Amino acid sequence: MSKIHMRVYRGNSEGGQLKDYDVEVAEGMVVLDAIHNLQATQASDLACRWNCKAGKCGSCSAEVNGKPRLMCMTRLNEFAEGETITVTPMKTFPIMKDLATDVSWNYEVNKRIPPFTPREGADWHWQQKDADRAQEFRKCIECFLCQDTCHVLREHDKKTSFAGPRFFARIASLEMHPIDGLDRTELLKDQHGIGLCNITRCCTEVCPESIRITDNAIIPLKERVVDKYYDPLRMLWSAVTGK
Amino acid sequence: MDTDVRTQKGLGVTLRQDNWWGEPLAIASALITFIVYMTWAALTPTGPHGEIWYKWGSYISPAFSPYISPSWFKWSPAILILWAPAGFRATCYYFRKAYYRAFFQDPPGCAVGEEAREYKGETSFPFILQNLHRYFLYLAILLVINHWIDLAYAFTKEGPKTYYVGVGTLVLLVDTILLTFYVGSCHAWRHLVGGKLDCFSSCPSNNIRYKIWCNVTKINETHGFWAWASLFTVGFADLYVRLVAMGVWTDYKIF
Amino acid sequence: MSENYQSFEYDVLVIGAGGAGLRSAIEASAAGCKTALVCKSLLGKAHTVMAEGGIAASLATVDSRDSWQQHFSDTLIGGNFGNHWKMAELHAKQAPERVRELEKWGAVFDRTTDGKGNINVRHFGGHTYKRLAHVGDRTGLELIRTLQDKGVHSGIDVHMECTIYALLKDGDRIAGAYGYFRETGRPVLFKAKSIIVSTGGIGKLFSVNSNSWECTGDGFALAYLAGAELADMEYVQFHPTGMVWPHSVRGLLITEGVRGEGGVLKNNKGERFMFNYIPPKYQGKYAETEEEANAWFQKVVVEGQKEEGVKERKPPELMSRDVVARALWNEIKAGRGSEHGGVYLDIASRRSAEDIKKKLPSMYHQFKQLADVDITKVPMEVGPTCHYMMGGVKVNPETQESTVRGLFAAGECSAGMHGSNRLGGNSLSDLVVFGKLAGENAAAYAKLTSMPKIDDSVLAGLNKEMNQPFENKGEVSYAILADLQTAMEKGAGMYREESLLDGCLKDLEALKERLKKVAAEGNRLFNPGWHVALDLRNMLIVGEALARAAKERKESRGGHTRTDYTTYSKDFAKKRIVVRKKGEAMEIVQEDLPQVPAELEAELIKGGFLKAEILKQLRGEAPAH
Ligand SMILES: Cc1cc2nc3c(=O)[nH]c(=O)nc-3n(C[C@H](O)[C@H](O)[C@H](O)COP(=O)(O)OP(=O)(O)OC[C@H]3O[C@@H](n4cnc5c(N)ncnc54)[C@H](O)[C@@H]3O)c2cc1C
Ligand code: SF4
Ligand code: SF4
Ligand code: FES
Ligand code: FES
Repeated sequence: MSKIHMRVYRGNSEGGQLKDYDVEVAEGMVVLDAIHNLQATQASDLACRWNCKAGKCGSCSAEVNGKPRLMCMTRLNEFAEGETITVTPMKTFPIMKDLATDVSWNYEVNKRIPPFTPREGADWHWQQKDADRAQEFRKCIECFLCQDTCHVLREHDKKTSFAGPRFFARIASLEMHPIDGLDRTELLKDQHGIGLCNITRCCTEVCPESIRITDNAIIPLKERVVDKYYDPLRMLWSAVTGK
Repeated sequence: MDTDVRTQKGLGVTLRQDNWWGEPLAIASALITFIVYMTWAALTPTGPHGEIWYKWGSYISPAFSPYISPSWFKWSPAILILWAPAGFRATCYYFRKAYYRAFFQDPPGCAVGEEAREYKGETSFPFILQNLHRYFLYLAILLVINHWIDLAYAFTKEGPKTYYVGVGTLVLLVDTILLTFYVGSCHAWRHLVGGKLDCFSSCPSNNIRYKIWCNVTKINETHGFWAWASLFTVGFADLYVRLVAMGVWTDYKIF
Repeated sequence: MSENYQSFEYDVLVIGAGGAGLRSAIEASAAGCKTALVCKSLLGKAHTVMAEGGIAASLATVDSRDSWQQHFSDTLIGGNFGNHWKMAELHAKQAPERVRELEKWGAVFDRTTDGKGNINVRHFGGHTYKRLAHVGDRTGLELIRTLQDKGVHSGIDVHMECTIYALLKDGDRIAGAYGYFRETGRPVLFKAKSIIVSTGGIGKLFSVNSNSWECTGDGFALAYLAGAELADMEYVQFHPTGMVWPHSVRGLLITEGVRGEGGVLKNNKGERFMFNYIPPKYQGKYAETEEEANAWFQKVVVEGQKEEGVKERKPPELMSRDVVARALWNEIKAGRGSEHGGVYLDIASRRSAEDIKKKLPSMYHQFKQLADVDITKVPMEVGPTCHYMMGGVKVNPETQESTVRGLFAAGECSAGMHGSNRLGGNSLSDLVVFGKLAGENAAAYAKLTSMPKIDDSVLAGLNKEMNQPFENKGEVSYAILADLQTAMEKGAGMYREESLLDGCLKDLEALKERLKKVAAEGNRLFNPGWHVALDLRNMLIVGEALARAAKERKESRGGHTRTDYTTYSKDFAKKRIVVRKKGEAMEIVQEDLPQVPAELEAELIKGGFLKAEILKQLRGEAPAH
């Protein structure tokens, strides 16, 4: 057992402050353990979300020393001896209390994405290579860390016109599904604002599931939007051949 | 002072403790160095007394190839060529990231504050033109072919029958290979060869496209590396040809 | 403190948004009922999300010999015939259709490698053939995401981060539910014609467990308090392979898939001890020597040969969980355990690093990130961990209705399907099969009835109860929780004994007294200390039911192992222990467990799916252990 120094954000929608704590820790602990320790010994009403403590549910998202992280997958021995560990709630979303933020906006966006719609008469026999792309995106645990870090949401607060990386990955999983028959390109361009993404890749860097959001979802989707809306030759071709 | 860390805003505001500014700084410096050098090189095909600097023997600086110099054009012939690779790189998905971060601070780093200003991303002029990247790709493919032809010449000296391999040949060889990988790992290319398909197994031609797509995907994962490596070798190839032409360096013959 | 509660009215209210809850809500809504779903966490975070290995269904896409009869028989043998046969039958018959339905709703299962493009299936303990449809090692996530996306587009109202504290009744029938929003602490009333509880398991009652914080057994307690009967509460599954180190992740699950991919269990002498623990019911079905097991591994796992043509039998590491967990425990007890009190699970020496990373990516990361252990190089340390509750709300197998009119149960919190021990993969299929049935029948019932009435005075009482911790001055809830977990682990854990169970019950009494005085700091805004205080009521009820039922069953069977009654007993083989509320006391009764009809049994024996001798052993009519 040893002690570490932590600063944890305490507050609610009216505002808040970093509070200092000294916490007992043992070998192998993660940040979430330290928070739980705090709850059990010093601050029983400290709000934070968690479920699995194994990086599988995406509940315990927060910012550790300014970086969006899963608290349950951030080991304390990552930090230097004597380093203060600062834990704050995700900045992009309105705060509820302490480390819990109101992420309901994400669920609203999801509702606006037309669901999986199989093609008429589709053949349900398909190969692993057709499944691979969709499966990568379906690894998403909805931790919303990518949404938190994306500057379009974090700095420019475009929540009304931009779906965010999590939902580009979701749309990609549908658009690249071999059986799905819908075309969501227009929605992508207009309602979900894919043009606002300037592919600066913070989402990819932060994703705990290592989904290559920018390279494998956003850019290919941008190219599909180009096919339909920005490529003069292709548009001409489509107009002539109807394809 | 606002002591609530959640409401603090502004350029560089962050709780990150690491040197997040290191990367954009390095990238900005490297890009500026390259741009300054290439601009000077492009505008300087010849020395003060008209001595030719852009080629030496059968080596030609990649910045001047193909060499097109219509009589009415009074400026450096590189200008007629370089807009294409410049446009290609400027609209490249990798370089876009690099300069949006390094030059526009949009964002300066992940989870690092920005200046408050209207943000339109790539939805309005000029950045909406990024969508034309694939047209630059078409040109880049032509340029790569042209590079390979130049390289074939670089294996000769004084006519096609006399084989020659000098250090310069190797410099151009490396440059050509890296450029090929750079273009071959392009995202727009990855889309065209197969990425646009929803189902890979549905018909035989899709299966072939799937194989190509897989290979492109493999090198696409390191697109940023190819982008920088080829940027460096293009600059270096020009410098090499130039210095040899100037007589500062001597081209060692290997065989 | 504001007592003005929010109020909603629904035809069908589903409590719990795991696989079972989501599936039933989809069904109820499709039947045209106004449906709501409430859950304690955010949508999509329920414990189901952690399921790794797969979902069992006799799709027969890889091994054409598979059939519902075999799945049914495996389930009964795995459950040591403690199952309600009808549930097991419905489950085995309907699972394939439910899995294909998931695919139609957008689930992307791994595909077979034979080029035919079917859903691929894998091996799991106790299943005769390859039978688990899966998506890498994140099948639960796929299931929940698929259902979630289907659900949000089916017009279901979702109330997230809302805890139900009590079920309300109108006379004998269910009338609604009362609870609070976790964020604001504000009370909420749901009036409903029918209610489905699908609140998952009880893992958090034990100190070493693989479950999420939500698994506090709420549904069991809610139903019990509303007068419903609970059954099989003594059957708790301890999964053999939980992490044992570092301490902070003790209990975290290591998927059975590791063994399916060739991982072997060894003690500190390097011996593969599982060969010494093959019980009679599995004799002849598993390899008896290392050479045979290795040959099977080489042919089936490494070379991917069809098992149909392989004469060797599978390694004993792949037996059902109760058997493996007991073997581990014995090794550890006998001093042959590993450094941190587990045994070794070794895949490093069996598969190449690339294979391990490809087949078991999340295991690789889990160990790398949480324990600094590279499982491609060194063996893992594993030990038993509390994993699954076989018992729960007693339901009508065909309608999923409990003994309270209008109250239904599905998923882990319902009893019967798995008997005394669940086979891996049978839970996810349980969720969708019985989720659908519960939704269907809850909707049918709702359509026949009028909106019940709710007595306001009850609500005032509930408010007072919920607020009590803020009035109290005393210890906060966390210490009580920790002591409860220790008491359960010690007194009613993997090995049970009359005196230990008595001790446990005594401990629980003492904890009940402490809980009366538990205090909460701060206010009702998102206050975890207060939440735990309220959850503890449920945990104590469930703990008591568990211990009492365990005391009643004087034999060892599956997830219920007694050191004072070590064999299957004839007296209990055809009995199930039922727990119900009588006044303020808990009543324990033995009921007859419906038995597989003789005709069906004969048919299964004739078809080679079941062996008559094994049946005899399990029924305590022939020596077994
Ligand atoms: C690590 C792990 C791996 C597993 N792997 C597999 C596997 O490979 N295959 C398999 O078949 N099974 C597996 N299982 C078992 C399986 O995942 C669970 O049994 C199953 O998910 C339970 O689902 P459920 O719908 O019954 O409940 P849960 O998924 O537990 O959902 C419970 C829901 O009820 C809500 N709830 C609880 N109490 C209240 C309340 N008071 N008020 C309101 N809402 C409430 C919760 O918020 C939650 O939404 C695994 C389990 C674990 C722990
Ligand atoms: S790549 Fe696009 S979506 Fe991802 S963080 Fe950057 S701007 Fe946001
Ligand atoms: S894409 Fe990655 S970062 Fe974004 S929500 Fe999903 S798992 Fe989290
Ligand atoms: S608690 Fe589930 S991801 Fe951290
Ligand atoms: S994306 Fe970089 S060259 Fe096309």
